Amino acid sequence: MKKKRVLAVLLIKDGVLVQSKKFERYQNLGNPFVAVKRLSEWASDELIYLDITDQNNSLDFEQSKKSFLDIVNQVSKSALMPITVGGGIRTIGDIEERLAFGADKICINTIIFEDKGFIEQSARKFGSQCIVASIDIKKVGDDVLIFSEKGKKLIKENPFDIFKRIQDDGVGEIFLNFIDRDGMKNGYDIDLINKFSQNIKIPYIVCGGAGQWSDFKEIFDKTNADAAAAANIFHHIDQSMYLAKNYLFESGCNVRKPQLLEI
Amino acid sequence: MTKVCILNYGSGNVKSVLNLFESINVPVSISNDKKEIERSSHLVLPGVGAFKAAMENIKKWIPLEAVEKEVFEKKKPFLGICVGMQVMASNSLEFGNHLGLNWIPGTVCKLATESLPLPHIGWNNLSSRKKSGILDGIDEELDFYFVHSFKYELRNKDFLLATTEYEENFPSVINKENLYGVQFHPEKSQIAGKKLAMNFLKIR
Repeated sequence: MKKKRVLAVLLIKDGVLVQSKKFERYQNLGNPFVAVKRLSEWASDELIYLDITDQNNSLDFEQSKKSFLDIVNQVSKSALMPITVGGGIRTIGDIEERLAFGADKICINTIIFEDKGFIEQSARKFGSQCIVASIDIKKVGDDVLIFSEKGKKLIKENPFDIFKRIQDDGVGEIFLNFIDRDGMKNGYDIDLINKFSQNIKIPYIVCGGAGQWSDFKEIFDKTNADAAAAANIFHHIDQSMYLAKNYLFESGCNVRKPQLLEI
Repeated sequence: MTKVCILNYGSGNVKSVLNLFESINVPVSISNDKKEIERSSHLVLPGVGAFKAAMENIKKWIPLEAVEKEVFEKKKPFLGICVGMQVMASNSLEFGNHLGLNWIPGTVCKLATESLPLPHIGWNNLSSRKKSGILDGIDEELDFYFVHSFKYELRNKDFLLATTEYEENFPSVINKENLYGVQFHPEKSQIAGKKLAMNFLKIR
């Protein structure tokens, strides 16, 4: 039987691993290679690397991009698992470059709204399995709105039209990011996930709010998400991914039996 | 001496397959050079993407006569991965009808799912149908990483080693004499993939 997945998200900003809160505040977690290698060894089902460097506010944008690709390259050599890479993807060439550095899938966001032919074009060239659409969701008053550009730009297109369009165009997976819950450790927004997922026929990943292992279990018990993703929760506890997977496996969730890897 | 040659026709994951064999410390190269193929004890054909493009590039880049000599005369173990396995079939119905290498008779056709989405992406386990060295120590608790929409429909079920369930049971490991094929990606399957690679190298 196919298993539900638990994914570790690693945010890299200006070449450094960071922790984020509501897409606004960032805390430096230090040398990415050490942390990244550790996380790679902890039985994650997949890894997602996002370069969240702000092009307009970076001291040396070219250097930070190089550092990011370096990390992806190093990790892909030892991780032996699927690696999704995102951040700053604007062209087919950007995708080719990241695949050459060891990425298996590419996560796109802003370009989904700037170039409406991009998903179809990239899915045709690299296959649907290669293209992951990240949709960033935020509550504003009573409204649930979609943002691009790392949560800064409001998208006026109707959310349900967006979901239909990207699936029709051949995206392989959808990565739902809940900005209000980012870094808050107050659990996933189950109601909102179930509201959006009615429009999703392909595998989707949810992210934002995981504060304890049982939050992952809640996702698998109460939604039909294919994967639960998180970032911060995995950084501060030794062998965190192993412990998370072990908790889920022992509580009867349909996940891979965790193993401590000797990679 | 054990030496792996990964045949290269521009498939995207060649480097990942190299990483897999390097991680178990075996001499390995990516090459289509006839001498290198001759010098190697084990041959591997990776694969990602569509059947038709794969076949075209294989014919264009890989010296098939030299490979067939090693595989059919010298009986060197050969491992096809994903599309690299599917091209061993007689034909494929992916976007039309395309001829394969016809090494293990069968047809590649779309997975028959109704409620589950395609492609089949993620971790899934194997159910053994026949004992084989390549599956040594690999039980139903181990999962492998799959990414595909098409399956290998074998004409002769004697060549079936393991199946995997995704609404239907499809062939996930096949074998005819020294030819082996896996539908999943051992190079993306962590410890399970390493186990399978080590088993493959034990085959002589």
